[in-house]
Amino acid sequence: MKSFCLGAATVLGLTLAGSALADDVRMLAIEPNVPEGRQYYLDVAKAYETANPGTKVQFDFLDDTSFKSKLPTLLQSSARPDAFFTWTGGVFAEQAKAGVLKDISADFTDADRKMYSPSGIQAMSHDGKLYGAPMYAASVVLWYNKALVEKAGVDPKAIKNWEDLLAASKKIQSAGIVPIVMGGKDKWPIALFYGQLAARIAGTDGVAAADKGENEGFNNPAFIQAGEALKQLADLKPFQPGYMDTTQPKAAGLFGDGKGAFYLAGNFLVGAQAQNSATGKGLGDDLDFITFPAVEGGKGDPADTFGGVNGWLVTKDAGKSTVDFLKFLTNNKNQTEGGRLKIWLPIGTDAQSGIADPRLRRIAEGLSKAPHHQLYLDQMLGASVGAALNDAAAQIVTGDISPEEAAALVEEAREMR
Amino acid sequence: MTTMTGSRPMLSPAARIARMHKQGKLMALLLFLPPALVLFTLFVIWPIFNAANLSFFKWSGYGAIDNFIGTQNYQRLARHSVFHQSLWNSLKLILASLFIQIPLALTLALLIYKKTSANTAFRLIFFAPYILAEIASGVIWSFIFDGDFGVSGQIAAALGIDPFYILADRQFAFLAIITVVVWKYFGYHMMIFIAALQAVPEDLLEAAEIDGAGRWQKVFYVKLPLIMHAIKLSAFFAIVGALQVFDIIIPLTNGGPSNSTHSIVSYLYTYGLAQLNVGYGAAVGVILFILCMVTAFSYRRLAMGKGGAL
Repeated sequence: MKSFCLGAATVLGLTLAGSALADDVRMLAIEPNVPEGRQYYLDVAKAYETANPGTKVQFDFLDDTSFKSKLPTLLQSSARPDAFFTWTGGVFAEQAKAGVLKDISADFTDADRKMYSPSGIQAMSHDGKLYGAPMYAASVVLWYNKALVEKAGVDPKAIKNWEDLLAASKKIQSAGIVPIVMGGKDKWPIALFYGQLAARIAGTDGVAAADKGENEGFNNPAFIQAGEALKQLADLKPFQPGYMDTTQPKAAGLFGDGKGAFYLAGNFLVGAQAQNSATGKGLGDDLDFITFPAVEGGKGDPADTFGGVNGWLVTKDAGKSTVDFLKFLTNNKNQTEGGRLKIWLPIGTDAQSGIADPRLRRIAEGLSKAPHHQLYLDQMLGASVGAALNDAAAQIVTGDISPEEAAALVEEAREMR
Repeated sequence: MTTMTGSRPMLSPAARIARMHKQGKLMALLLFLPPALVLFTLFVIWPIFNAANLSFFKWSGYGAIDNFIGTQNYQRLARHSVFHQSLWNSLKLILASLFIQIPLALTLALLIYKKTSANTAFRLIFFAPYILAEIASGVIWSFIFDGDFGVSGQIAAALGIDPFYILADRQFAFLAIITVVVWKYFGYHMMIFIAALQAVPEDLLEAAEIDGAGRWQKVFYVKLPLIMHAIKLSAFFAIVGALQVFDIIIPLTNGGPSNSTHSIVSYLYTYGLAQLNVGYGAAVGVILFILCMVTAFSYRRLAMGKGGAL
């Protein structure tokens, strides 16, 4: 009922907004994870309106699922927003190909582009054309619970490659502690392991080649090897009991309650493990991280990062104010503020100074130094292939399919894309 | 149609319209038929044909619908093991509805159909799950089945055994869904039976008693035959309802683990809409539509007797 009301309110809002002046800016955002997020957008909008009298900026919010399911119809109707939130990747490519976006390459000078990290600009481009402005990045790391690894006698800093992680898991398990907390019901948390392994083994170039169907696509031995590595881990039974009925938020809470030693997730876990824990406090200073281990013989650089790039795409027929507002929204001052509020990791090149949390600061540094930033595979590959990849990863872990079958499943979906 | 009985001769269409005009019926027809006909065509007939047409295209939801791929969507469906599983699951739901839910509803109806205040209270309790929104029941039961914080986890803790995660278990997850479906809908069928049982004439029961019929004989030889029409109707609702189960599955398992608990509709949603394969989803929709139509018509013919009368 809540989502229906929300949907109805949004439709009403969009209809009303549709009759507003042409040069007003209508933004469609996803409901932010933290309450400060919503206020942040509204504050930025107000600041822009004050600086530009006569232009109105309106933000509409939809939850993730409704956003994704309503967007195709909305973008092809006359009620489309001027700019909307994006996870970039395959779905963005579909939208660019369908011609519902506006090429804003000419509006962004080289000086403008220097405000953002190159991976951000690249993620917002399709066929060499820029369609939007990046705002923040997510980077996945292997989080651990200091107290638990110490108790098990494991030094996480010594974990350099995959074999080390397997050995550490065994040791933690023999100390009677759950090695890894997993939100398997949502599938994508399992696919983070699969995708990270694939990026370490095939390298970002290898992943990009598979996406294009080169070198046998996903049937390439690198992806089968990634599946085998994942199976090695799953064979140790390292996850908490009932992990396939555990959603990602619940798993984050379990980790925050000290129910397991490791957790693979993006920077958002700092907030999520505290918010979702039974105590509401999470691990506090016991939370730390290492980067995802390397795989021996893999082509990926161990300094490569893996995660998301998010930003805003401009729709066709959007007025000049929209691009102007996007530049304002993603300028250094506003991005720094977003970092300070712990809403995200800013993608602006000089916008890291607001990050107070030392762990998040380290992640941001790693991200800015990374030779490549591999986009989450499920987002890079688009909705259908991404879902097939998440399914494949989950079924390797539950033992329903072999690594070869998993690779074939993803490749089959890619061929049908 | 060549020989018409009675005084009305066969009329040409024009003559028929003229007659209707004379009787003043034409005005009523022109006024009242179009709204319903237009709405029905626009919102029922047209979408059906549109979906059938869409099922021959590959379409992500973006851009023009111009990638005609013939019957490829259907061929893919025929090969997809998850679709086979979802068909099998829907069949399991039908069987459970017919052979667990309806007998349960019938038994309870026989126990509490008489009008007493205690029976009213029971009726209310048994009917309560049906009033709940499907999605809410799904969420509530997912908490009950939760092995960490839920009721099943607490029971396991009280008994000192390892918690059991039924929704994470490939073998038992669908059994959990069947349990929730039966729990949710038995009250509805029970109400149909209660209404029918209350309409059984008291004098027939008395007559049977005078003839020496016992309690069971009254049930099997008087009550059940007299409410057979309600049982048939109830079974029909159960079958069509089972084919359309969706809202309960999404919060409980979301189709998992390993895509083993999809129904046809949750399969359509996951593989058609969520993954932006709208054409493929349309093909699933067409299959579901055909299944529902075949069920409806053959059921009318087979179970409801000549002419489809109840």
